Amino acid sequence: MKLTDHAEEILESMWIAIEEDGRGYADMVSIGISGDDPALKELVSNALVEIKGERLNFRPEGRREGEMTIRRHRLAERLMMDVLNIRGDSAEIKACQFEHLLNEGVDAKVCTMLNHPTTCPHGKRIPPGDCCHEARSSGDLGVVPLTELKSREEGEIAYIQTDDGKKMQKLMAMGVLPGNRIILLHSFPSYIFRVGFSEFAIDSAMAREIFVRR
Amino acid sequence: MTEQAAERVRKVALVGNPNVGKSVLFNALTGAYVTVSNYPGTSVEVSRGSSTIEGSPWEVIDTPGMYSIHTITEEERVAREILLHESPDVVIHVLDARNLERMLAMTIQLIEADLPVILVVNIMDEAERMGLTIDLKLLQEKLGIPVIGAATGRKRGLDEIRKCINGYVRETDQHRFLYSRLLEHDITEVCGLMQGDYILSRRALALLLMQQDDEITSIVRHKEGDAYAPLAEKVRAIAFDRRESFHLDLSLERKEIVRGIINGVFHAPEKRVVTLAERFSNLSVRPLTGVPLLLIVLYFGLYQFVGVFGAGTVVDFIEKKFFVELFNPWISGTVKNLIPWEIIQELFVGEYGIITLGIRYAVGIILPIVATFFIFFSFLEDTGYFPRLALLVDRVFKYFGLTGRAVIPMVLGFGCDTMATMVTRTLETTRERIIATILLSLTIPCSAQLGVIMSLLSKYPGALLVWSGCLLLLFFVVGLLAAKILPGEAPMFYMELPPMRLPQFGNVVTKTYTRMQWYFLEILPLFVIASVMLWLGKITGFFEKLVNAMTPVMASIGLPRESAVAFIFGFFRRDYGAAGLYELQTKGLMDARQLTVAAVTLTLFIPCVAQFLIMKKERGWRVAGAIGLFVTLLAFGSGYLLNKALLVTGLLA
Repeated sequence: MKLTDHAEEILESMWIAIEEDGRGYADMVSIGISGDDPALKELVSNALVEIKGERLNFRPEGRREGEMTIRRHRLAERLMMDVLNIRGDSAEIKACQFEHLLNEGVDAKVCTMLNHPTTCPHGKRIPPGDCCHEARSSGDLGVVPLTELKSREEGEIAYIQTDDGKKMQKLMAMGVLPGNRIILLHSFPSYIFRVGFSEFAIDSAMAREIFVRR
Repeated sequence: MTEQAAERVRKVALVGNPNVGKSVLFNALTGAYVTVSNYPGTSVEVSRGSSTIEGSPWEVIDTPGMYSIHTITEEERVAREILLHESPDVVIHVLDARNLERMLAMTIQLIEADLPVILVVNIMDEAERMGLTIDLKLLQEKLGIPVIGAATGRKRGLDEIRKCINGYVRETDQHRFLYSRLLEHDITEVCGLMQGDYILSRRALALLLMQQDDEITSIVRHKEGDAYAPLAEKVRAIAFDRRESFHLDLSLERKEIVRGIINGVFHAPEKRVVTLAERFSNLSVRPLTGVPLLLIVLYFGLYQFVGVFGAGTVVDFIEKKFFVELFNPWISGTVKNLIPWEIIQELFVGEYGIITLGIRYAVGIILPIVATFFIFFSFLEDTGYFPRLALLVDRVFKYFGLTGRAVIPMVLGFGCDTMATMVTRTLETTRERIIATILLSLTIPCSAQLGVIMSLLSKYPGALLVWSGCLLLLFFVVGLLAAKILPGEAPMFYMELPPMRLPQFGNVVTKTYTRMQWYFLEILPLFVIASVMLWLGKITGFFEKLVNAMTPVMASIGLPRESAVAFIFGFFRRDYGAAGLYELQTKGLMDARQLTVAAVTLTLFIPCVAQFLIMKKERGWRVAGAIGLFVTLLAFGSGYLLNKALLVTGLLA
């Protein structure tokens, strides 16, 4: 089942009104659609939504579909912000266009690449998908910044992510090279880690840029 | 070897990571003394010494620490200059045995550059204690250069090193370490376009060019002339193709080469040996235990040892017992017998006489305080405590636009602000250096001053509280403002933590001694000059005029006109000024409020002449002048406000 873009947008508005604002129904006027909207007809005929007067309600499949649509939208937002570094209104517009491409497994790929984020850039919750549940149950915590490690926890340096070339070279000269074992010794007030037989202290800004595979 | 060659003074350069014992080796080879510390990044300047090694004359060059031949920081650049321009006859790469794997990457680079390298695997004693074994023979075979195991701190391996330096004959076929086929292809292409003669090998230069090293690029541009354009084009094309991760790829390839070399050479025990020092180190970096530990260190080290013992007991003894009761009356008598003219008598033994005032202040008051401080500082430095302190305060220092690194100059400032201003050089950005210089010149009292002010205000605990409150407040306010106002990015903090160790007595003594020597040579002339100036001012009447001119300023901050003298002293050295206040207080000319105001103003007031000169040298006229003006205005402004506040509230009345 492939819905039209507009139908997906209706599902999103409904999902926010019902699930997040907790109103129990969505009001046609307040989400700005009319009863003769073809997209609404499409949703009804697919048995996703039911209409009671001015009120819209999810049917069980519709709730699920709405959840996944909102998920795709928020994943798209994260992708714009975190990876493509597009911000502001243009990020929002691009995300709106992009989300419709994230179906048939593409969302799972993007979600994995973003390391299963739980919130969108505006701080709202991203409903977890199957890939998130799988990652959680298999215990694969993936690659995390050094700041996420607990004291005494050990890992392998996966990569260094920084815009500052000098900083990167400094870190590499200190032995922070992908493939090396790293042990976090303390995380407060500064991060202290050991690579080989040497210990180093760095601030949290630098620790955020070292990514470690647990 | 021909006789002529033996006559020529050959050069040996010591290079390597920070804190691996280059300076210790330098001292052992030359007999000279460079300050050696368990603190990374202390040799900022290149030290040179001449020495006779195995009967031949050698010049030994000690360089600041460098991590890689592709330089990032100022110190590294200074170190590489030596390799680039002086073509040393032998280059000794000193590394830490415990970190052989990490540090061999630079050995590879040095060999690759076709330099005459000897590898010294240092700190073998600690490596052995940790249960590490290193097959030096095999390492030598694999690297194709002489390899010597040593523990220079314990004088182990020194003879071998000397023999090796003097008998060094360059192997004709130093080993070549091959990179991946792709990288080798790029190297060959770039090398093929180079025509000039260089000190470093083309292979090394090609790699540095690809890493976009500015200095190397300009050297090559200069040498190649017309041939440079196609070369630059090629390098640009490669750099673009590999823009994603050239530095990383190269590091990884080198790491792979090192791994191959180290295989079979380096054995570590299964289980890490946790030493007592490591446990202690753990305590010192946790805020819960680290902060109390810091307070204990400050209480016993600064307060009890420097304050009570140095500034109290020792000063009492030397100044009161020796100078005032014995030496001064005797020397006054002697001088008066020898020299009939009263004016000249005044110069030596008068109120501001060179001997009765200058030497007395310098030797009787300042020397004991500074000496005890330097003993304390040198001891602490050698334990390796400072880097731990640095990481402990990093978060707080970030608010002032500084990193934890700046804690070293700050602590040193409590000893001598002049020396501390010099050490601000180890900070990474100009912005940090300027902020640190401001804070040092304004709010950090030096040990001499601290000692005198402590004894000055000790009779009024309230005054001491107000004084330290004012300084702390200004430290925070000025720091916060400086961080806001000065342009530039927030600095980053990273630091290697050397293992903690118990300092060696001899080392602490020598270190204190060299610092004392520097300090004394610097201050004694100033004290003498100050005495002469004051004498000149007195006999010409200028001094009286100056005191008169300053009276309104003094009155506005509520001080008696006699205190102007202390401020005029203070211009020469702040401690000298504080000592002047001490005199006034002994004569009972000032009450608690006035003493507090005077102490605060004088502490904030312009740094001593010596510090100002160093500021000028390190930061340039403009910045130094601006800071000087700012400090003066703020000092008197704060004095004015404090006086008003104390009058209104009736505190300390």
